[in-house]
Amino acid sequence: MRPRFRRRNVASKGTESLGPSIPDGLWSKCPRCRELIYTREFERNHYVCPRCGYHARLTARQRIALTVDPESFVEWDAGLSPADPLRFVALGEPYPRKVAEAQERSGEREALVTGAATILGVPVGLAVAEFGFLGASMGSVFGEKFARAAERAAAEDRAFIVFASSGGARMHEGVFSLFQLPKTIVAVESLSERRLPFITVLVDPCYGGVTASFATVADLILAEPGAMIGFAGPRVIEQVTRQKLPAGFQSAEFLLQHGMIDAIVPRPRLREELAHYIRLLTNQRSTSPVSFVTRQESDR
Amino acid sequence: MMQLTAWDRVQLARHQARPHTLDYITELLEEPRELHGDRLFRDDPAIVAAIGRFGTRSVIVLGHQKGASTTENVARNFGMPRPEGYRKAIRILHLAEKFGLPVITFIDTPAADPGLESEERGQAWAISSCLQAFLRAQVPTLAVVIGEGGSGGALALAVCDRLLMLENAIFAVASPEACAAILWRDAARAPEAAETMRITAQELHRFGIADEVIPEPAPAHLDASGTIRRVGQALERHLEELLQLWHEHGPAHARQLRWARYRAIGLWHEDPVT
Repeated sequence: MRPRFRRRNVASKGTESLGPSIPDGLWSKCPRCRELIYTREFERNHYVCPRCGYHARLTARQRIALTVDPESFVEWDAGLSPADPLRFVALGEPYPRKVAEAQERSGEREALVTGAATILGVPVGLAVAEFGFLGASMGSVFGEKFARAAERAAAEDRAFIVFASSGGARMHEGVFSLFQLPKTIVAVESLSERRLPFITVLVDPCYGGVTASFATVADLILAEPGAMIGFAGPRVIEQVTRQKLPAGFQSAEFLLQHGMIDAIVPRPRLREELAHYIRLLTNQRSTSPVSFVTRQESDR
Repeated sequence: MMQLTAWDRVQLARHQARPHTLDYITELLEEPRELHGDRLFRDDPAIVAAIGRFGTRSVIVLGHQKGASTTENVARNFGMPRPEGYRKAIRILHLAEKFGLPVITFIDTPAADPGLESEERGQAWAISSCLQAFLRAQVPTLAVVIGEGGSGGALALAVCDRLLMLENAIFAVASPEACAAILWRDAARAPEAAETMRITAQELHRFGIADEVIPEPAPAHLDASGTIRRVGQALERHLEELLQLWHEHGPAHARQLRWARYRAIGLWHEDPVT
């Protein structure tokens, strides 16, 4: 859940992220290396720190804007919002009030935004987690919107691209939250049946049921540099096992080394790479002029 | 019988003297043989697999295995599977498919192992693959929660054609202690969390997630043989129904029914499209 991951959440507030001393959000500060960055440059660089390469967290809408062709996004199932199946109250706060606050804060009705778009002309279905909405915990609406999007992408002959991020389960929906895991896995069968690409991009942070369900049964699993990804969160592991966790544990780089993901793709390259992978998988001629792998190797 | 609180049920579900998976295998199967290993890394003692005769047919059994003593519990990692456990389950599931054998699973774990090595070997990947293997299984599958159904670690073996629960079993998205620590900021408020989370067999049945609650006239730790017998009877009845359904509809359609079941779970509000 949220408290574990509260640090480093600058870009979710976009350009108004800095304190009162800097007017009008002209400058942003890298949450990792503390470098002051001209905000326009930060934006142009897809909120990647030009100095240390830190990939700042994005809202779902920022993510969509950076990934799809301009004006191509059409939202699906925007009318879904959480119910309160358990009539859940913790510390005197009913779940619906918690939801209303999250909606107010994030501007979203739930933690997943779905829709249709094109990426460099390639038609895709899209599902993007909003970490700013209750830590992108997977409740009934998250699961249902995901399932509908996967099925609709399949029906419309689109590849399905998912930006997965989550702090864990939606405790307030109890066992209904847990049973979204099989639901999402069932839903992507529709893509398998039609041999359509299903690609997940794991972004910081990605934990719990999301990692243990749809995110890791994709045809291709990509991750952003430095993203923290796992099943149990680092704090839980340290508490339960009293083990000291090595540096870089659960990072995208660690997972690549351990054989869990296909590739790490820096954010500014992601559009091209997604379109390229889809074309390769579906046996279409790629228009991508430069091989990403070759470039990386020649950089060494 | 007096009314038990959710927290009482949690204590009963976790009781060390409650029959565990191997007890059910020994009592309910004739000539059972335990099968070991994931063929990839090593044998996980927290998930056991067996083949044996159940009534008039061979079946495969998979289940979490807790210990009956502290020593055994340490050896069994308290029933918390590591990735190799789920990969063993997947391997055995494919064996069942090859020979057309129905699969029975016993659910009883606090959680998937949250250790460093489990993360290194892809715990989340193992669980999602296991879920997918069960959802895709080309044979009838039947799960019983016999104790603690703890989160994704339990769910990985539970997504079957039918889900039964013992009267004092629980199924939860997180332990009441963890939920209390996160939402009440105080793990000591676990009893309150247990109530709020609605994790009892009765409630899962009410939600339509569990198909049947198997009664425990006396709690299972006080009447192991009676409990095992009642579980056996329920399994036999459901297995007959399932086999008939699979026979009538064929595997492809039977699997569609399973998918539809899991596709439908959830509650939400939906505004008309504006």
